[in-house]
Amino acid sequence: MPYEHAMMLAGILFFLGLAGVLIRRDAIFVLLSLEIMLNAAGFALVVAGAQWHAADGQAMFLFILAVAAAEVSIGLALVLWLFHWHRSVDIDRASSMRG
Amino acid sequence: MTFAFYLAGAIAIASTSLAITRLNAVHALLHLVVSFLSVALILLLLGAPFAAAFEVIIYAGAIMVLFAFVVMMLGPAQKAASEERRWLALRAWLGPALLAAVLVAELIYVVHAAPGKATQVAGITPHQIAVFLLGPYILGVELVSLVLLLGLVGAFHLAYQLGKRERSLRRGVQP
Repeated sequence: MPYEHAMMLAGILFFLGLAGVLIRRDAIFVLLSLEIMLNAAGFALVVAGAQWHAADGQAMFLFILAVAAAEVSIGLALVLWLFHWHRSVDIDRASSMRG
Repeated sequence: MTFAFYLAGAIAIASTSLAITRLNAVHALLHLVVSFLSVALILLLLGAPFAAAFEVIIYAGAIMVLFAFVVMMLGPAQKAASEERRWLALRAWLGPALLAAVLVAELIYVVHAAPGKATQVAGITPHQIAVFLLGPYILGVELVSLVLLLGLVGAFHLAYQLGKRERSLRRGVQP
């Protein structure tokens, strides 16, 4: 299977995630799009590792997986706080800081 | 096998773009699960069955379930059964179900086309990955365990403070 096309697929998935972050204002969708981007990055690492028959790519994929899991748990807890403060999950409502 | 790669890639792109454009978060979650499953199939074709299994278990399983919990916590809190009935309408799950059916057919085809080994390339075994993880990457493993611990403590702290706050608010309103 062509290596370049697998890399292109990873790039397309990454840009779909980036577009999701940019066009959506719902905090849950922003987090989902971040997951898509992390997944695409991990996919690119595994593709590169498979191309050179190295296990490094999959080791890095596991690291990305752990970071994504930690990120999503914190992110969803923050979404619950956002809902508590503003009674909505629109991230534009949270545009100012205290202080 | 090249055909299987292109089909799974097309499903991944289609379901991801459907996921980021849905207005209803539950529909987006369904599409995103299909997207992760198709990426897992491509990983299997690439000779990375270990990463494919993790993709299914962690991404399509654990992370999506976490999202589903939060969506269900925020969503039906105000609106009740009629909303849920609308979510379970045929239109909501027909698209993801069709894409998933195509993926299942493809998986069966891939497994039957080459019994014993689903890929043309020599796969990387979990043993090799473990040797790498506990050899040159041992510092990375320690750092990842630290990140997971911080995620756990941070999520617990945020949820605990939120619960305390809402309890005290409720107590303040009642009398």
